[in-house]
Amino acid sequence: MAVASAETARREQTITVAGCRIHLLRSGKGAPLLYLHGAGGGGKWLPFMEQLAGSYEIIAPEHPGYGRSDTPDWFDNIHDVAYFYLDLLKALDLDGVHLVGSSLGGWLACEMAVRSTARLASLTLIGSAGLHLKGVPRPDTFMWTPEEAVRGLFHDQALAEKMLTAPVSDDELEWQMKNRFATARLAWAPRFYDPHLHKWLHRIDVPTAVFWGAQDQLIPPVYAERFGELIPGATVRTFEACGHLPQVEQPQAFVAAFTAFVGGAA
Amino acid sequence: MRFFFFHLMPYAPLDLDYDKTHKSAWVTLPNSYYDAKLGADLYNRYLDELEYADELGFEGISVNEHHQTAYGLMPAPNIFAGMLARRVKQAKICILGRALPVLSNPLSIAEEFAVLDNVTKGRIITGFVRGIGAEYHSMAVNPAESHARFHEAHDLIVQAWTRPGPFAYEGKYYHFPYVNIWPRPYQTPHPPIWVPSQGSRETIQFAAAREHKYVYLQTATPAEMLFKYMRAYREEALRQNYEASADQLGWSVKIYVAETDEIARREAKPHIEAFVNKFLRMPVEMLLPPGYSSIESMKGVMAAKKTITGGARTIDQLLEQGTFICGSPATVRAKLEEYQHKGGFNIVMAGLHFGTLPAELTRKNMEIFAREVMPHLKDRVPEGYRPIAAE
Repeated sequence: MAVASAETARREQTITVAGCRIHLLRSGKGAPLLYLHGAGGGGKWLPFMEQLAGSYEIIAPEHPGYGRSDTPDWFDNIHDVAYFYLDLLKALDLDGVHLVGSSLGGWLACEMAVRSTARLASLTLIGSAGLHLKGVPRPDTFMWTPEEAVRGLFHDQALAEKMLTAPVSDDELEWQMKNRFATARLAWAPRFYDPHLHKWLHRIDVPTAVFWGAQDQLIPPVYAERFGELIPGATVRTFEACGHLPQVEQPQAFVAAFTAFVGGAA
Repeated sequence: MRFFFFHLMPYAPLDLDYDKTHKSAWVTLPNSYYDAKLGADLYNRYLDELEYADELGFEGISVNEHHQTAYGLMPAPNIFAGMLARRVKQAKICILGRALPVLSNPLSIAEEFAVLDNVTKGRIITGFVRGIGAEYHSMAVNPAESHARFHEAHDLIVQAWTRPGPFAYEGKYYHFPYVNIWPRPYQTPHPPIWVPSQGSRETIQFAAAREHKYVYLQTATPAEMLFKYMRAYREEALRQNYEASADQLGWSVKIYVAETDEIARREAKPHIEAFVNKFLRMPVEMLLPPGYSSIESMKGVMAAKKTITGGARTIDQLLEQGTFICGSPATVRAKLEEYQHKGGFNIVMAGLHFGTLPAELTRKNMEIFAREVMPHLKDRVPEGYRPIAAE
């Protein structure tokens, strides 16, 4: 058991791929699970990761341009970051990867998967950006105040309160500003989508689950249906009384749904 | 001191209670607030005021560019410069400036400026800006690309003006197989380029660069900040091994002059307060979209601009900060002398209309300024003044 606990211990690493240094959280033992964070940034251990670390090796990088990672010269658009992560899978020699992406990270996961699923075992999208449905109103999150941005993420406002009252270090403030810059670069116009992505989602040939909060204020749940239609064989699962981040707002339900999906897919 | 007249062309009949239901006069203020009958009269009045400034002997008259806002009704300033070009006989026509990154095709800007330069026989001054942050919301242009697009568009335009065409321009954002503008500009090597800015470090470095030596025009800034930015420009010039001339430095400032201090303050008060509290009003998310400036610069500007996005300001606060000059001719002269002495600039871009200032007060302001302020100061230069050195 001592050996097992050493192997499942949390590790923080900085690795260089495609000339870009990125910060990486790793923990757990099992099939690799690459978690791609959303526009708000990553770099934090979240309860759902701890729960999944018993069965998977969690790999949670901060994207190029975000937090403690570099902003490389080639950081221009979402495609650059998708190719970067395909390079990362190769550099770390990962196969049979369960790719999980939330929001902007879901968009990124789609952009990776339409290019190559060779190293993927499954794809899980959570409240994913990347598509645009004409006539479906969405809030302009770039106009939100920092408080609105936190409140907008959650159905349960108690979670928002907790986040808003938590102390924030100077480093974290700087990373938040950096994350907003990076998100603007990737998602300002067109706003959080790639006009060509929908044409190629049919190429995704690994089992895919689409998870969505029924009360997602950022990207309405009608988007879940559209991802479900465009990705062959994708299953759509909605979380009731839940906002944009089911993995944060309802970690147990999320872990159960993910485990059932991967178990069923295997 | 060299005097230019500046017009912003705000939608003066704006219902000033708009802010009970809307956050800003920019981007999202419904354009149902605009009345075309009033607007039509207003445009003609404002153009008359610009022409009148020519008659009154200002060295130049100036228009500028803003999009989708009641703050300024000139989305395409070259149209306004075009309307003025054949009627204004003496004054230079300044377009301060075109918001290069938010416009889709910089080559057409090079063309338009060249046409204006020909028609006026070299009486235009061009301005290159990035546009205020709100413009990136209004025009759906990525603020994270703002600096890079600005520099590339600038290079393309200057090359289009100065290099014999046709040649290819191969940039990251702009790629033209044939750059070959007709007409070429009238002025050699090209029309003057001025750079109005709120004071971002990157912009000051760009304007002061030895290969540019562009006139830097500080906008909407308390006096202490103005002095700091003027100093930053001069220091940048020294870093690049030359001494900046006071003719490279200007201040864009709202001014109201009347018979006495008391009259001036009373007449200006509602209109300048409407300008800062209603027309300029915007939340920080609108003013500073992410990527618009570097993180370091953003921190500085946010600290300096708390006042724009913060609570209402009174005329007294504005006067105390030195963001507004108001008073009798003697008072206004003394202030300008003091600011020139401390700031070392030689160009005054006088905003003699602001906010809701009505036509008759605008004219009175212009007349008293032209007759009782300008002549007294026109030969006054900062200590150690020297003209812009030729390379």
